[in-house]
Amino acid sequence: MKWLLVLLVLVVYALHQDTWNFPKTEPFLGPLPIGLAYHALYCVIAAALLAVLVRFAWPAELEEVESLAPQSAEGGHE
Amino acid sequence: MIPAIVIALYLVVISYIGSVAFRRSKGNTEDFFLASRGIGGIVFFLWIFATNMTAFAILGSSGAAYRGGIGIFGLMATSSALVIPLSIFVIGTRLWALGKRFGHQTQVQFFRDRWECSTTGTIIFALSAIMLVPYMIISIIGGGEVLANISTNGPGTPPLIPYWMGCAIVALVVTINVFFGGMRGVVWVNVFQTILFLLFGLVAVMTISSLIPGGFTSRVEHMLQNPKAAALLTRGRMDPRYFWSYTLVPLSSIMFPHMAIMCFSARKMSAFKRTVVLYPLAIMAIWLPCVFLGAVGASLIPGLKGPEADSILLRLLAQYAPPVLAGVLGAGIISAVMGSDCHQVLALSTMFTKDIFSYYGGQEKYGERGSVAFARGFIVVVTVIAYLIALQRPENIFELATRYAFTGFASLAPIMIAALFWKRSTKYGALAATLWVGASVALAGYLQNTHKAVPTGPVPVWGDVLYLQPLTSGGSLVFMGFHPVVPILVGSALLVWLVSLVTPAPSQKTIDRYFNLTAPAEPALAETAA
Repeated sequence: MKWLLVLLVLVVYALHQDTWNFPKTEPFLGPLPIGLAYHALYCVIAAALLAVLVRFAWPAELEEVESLAPQSAEGGHE
Repeated sequence: MIPAIVIALYLVVISYIGSVAFRRSKGNTEDFFLASRGIGGIVFFLWIFATNMTAFAILGSSGAAYRGGIGIFGLMATSSALVIPLSIFVIGTRLWALGKRFGHQTQVQFFRDRWECSTTGTIIFALSAIMLVPYMIISIIGGGEVLANISTNGPGTPPLIPYWMGCAIVALVVTINVFFGGMRGVVWVNVFQTILFLLFGLVAVMTISSLIPGGFTSRVEHMLQNPKAAALLTRGRMDPRYFWSYTLVPLSSIMFPHMAIMCFSARKMSAFKRTVVLYPLAIMAIWLPCVFLGAVGASLIPGLKGPEADSILLRLLAQYAPPVLAGVLGAGIISAVMGSDCHQVLALSTMFTKDIFSYYGGQEKYGERGSVAFARGFIVVVTVIAYLIALQRPENIFELATRYAFTGFASLAPIMIAALFWKRSTKYGALAATLWVGASVALAGYLQNTHKAVPTGPVPVWGDVLYLQPLTSGGSLVFMGFHPVVPILVGSALLVWLVSLVTPAPSQKTIDRYFNLTAPAEPALAETAA
C-alpha cells in the first residue's frame, strides 16, 4: 500500500509537467486557455491525492503525543 | 474616493479585532506567540492559507501574467497546490508533534535541541531573518500601491492617498494588530481576511466579465488573432526545464519561520487533515482569476511597463467596477497583503525573542512579561525599518520575493528533512548547508543586480551556463535552463549528507528522544545557552 501511494504521488507530480500543452492556444472550458484549464483541473487532482493520503497514510502514531506530558527541550550546547 | 472610504472602514475593523484579541491575552510568551497552542478546525486552514497569500499571489501573479502570459499559473500556483500541502502533511505534522512533546515554539529551538548545537542555530536564525525581511517588505509595497491606485479620481490625477502614506497606513494597522493581539489577533484577522480574498477572485471575474464589451470569450478570440497577444495565452516561450525547476520553489513554504510556528500552534493534529485537502482548491480560487485577468488585461489596458504591470488588476477594477465594489475588492487585495505581513512581523518577533533574547538569558533575567514587552518593542522597530525600505520601491514584487526569499528557504528544506527523518544528520551538516545557501543566494542576487536583462534575448553571465532570461520572460537568473533553486538545493542536500557522514552524530540519548517520541519524559533542563 505504501509503495502504491508513493507511486501515486510521483504520477501526480509528473502530471504537472504538461509540456504537450505548452504551444496550444485553443480555449478549453469556456474562455479559459487550455494551459489554464489543465492546471485548474490539476488543482482538483492534487486535492483528491491529498484526501487519499489523509485516508490511507495518516501518521496516526504522532497523535499519541497529545496524551503524554510535555517534555522540556534540553536546549543547545556547543 | 468611495473605494478609499470602504478600505478605511475595513482597516478600522481589522484594528478593532486586534484590540479584542488584546483583551483576551494572558501575558505569557506561549499565549502571545502561539495563542496557547489552541488553533483548530477550519480556522487553522483559513489561517495557514492566509499566511501564504501575499501581495505576490494577487498583484505579482497578475502582473507576471500581463508581462509573460498564463504560464505563471502552472509555474507557481499549481506547483504550490501540490508541494505545499504535501510538505505540510509530511513535515508539518511532525513539527506539531515535536512542539507538543518538547515545547518548541520556533524552528531554531528544534534544531538546537535536535543537534545539540548553539551557534549553528544562531546562524540559521540569522539567515532566516535576513531572508524573511524582503518577503515582509513586499507586503508593505503591495499595500501602498493598492491604496494609491484605488484612491485616484481618474486617469492622470494624483492619488488621494499617496504611495508613502498607503505604506504607512498598512504598516501601522499591521503593527497595531500584532503588537496588541499577538498570535490570537493575527489568527482572528486572518479568518476574516481569507474569506474576503477568497471571494475576491470570483467577484472580480464576474464583474469585469459582465462589463467588458463581448465578455471574456470575445476578448480571448480577439487576442488569438494577434500573434503577440496570443502568446500570452500559451506557454510556447517557456523552457520546460525552467517550468519543472519551479516545482522545487514551494518547498520554501514549510521553511518560512511563520509556517513552522503555525504548525507548532495547532491544538490537535487532526486540524492538518482538512487543511491539506482544501489547500489546492483555495490556491486555484485565488490564482486562476488573477492570472487570467492579468493576461486578458494586457489586451484591455496595453502598454504598462515593468512594475506598473503589477497594478493591472487595480486598473481593471478602476475601469470596469462600480466604485463601491472596487473598494470592496481593493479591501480583498489589502487582506492578502496584510494577512501575510502580520505573520511575518509576528514570526520575526517570535524568532528574535525566543532564539536570541530568551536563549541568551533575557527571559531568565526579565521573565515572561519582560519577554512579551521585548517582542512588542521589536515589532515596532522591524516594521519601521521595513517601511523605510518599502519607500524606495526596490524592484517589482514578483522578482524581489522570488529571488531573495523563496529560493533560499526552499534550499534550506534538506536541513529540515534531515533533522526530522535522518538520525545520523549532524549540526555540522546543517551548518555547511546553511552557509552554502546564504552564500549562493547572496551571489545570485549580486549577479542579478550587476547584469541587466533586456527584452530582445538572454544576457550571458557565465557563457551558456548562467544567464539572464529576456525581460519578456521575467529577466531572472537561469542555470543551464533551470531556476537557480536547482543547483542551490542540490548543493544544500549534498552538504547535509556528506558533512554529516564525516562528523560525529548527536548523542544516542538525543536521537532516542527524537525518534521515539512516546518514551517516558526526562527531567527538564534549562533551555538557555550553556
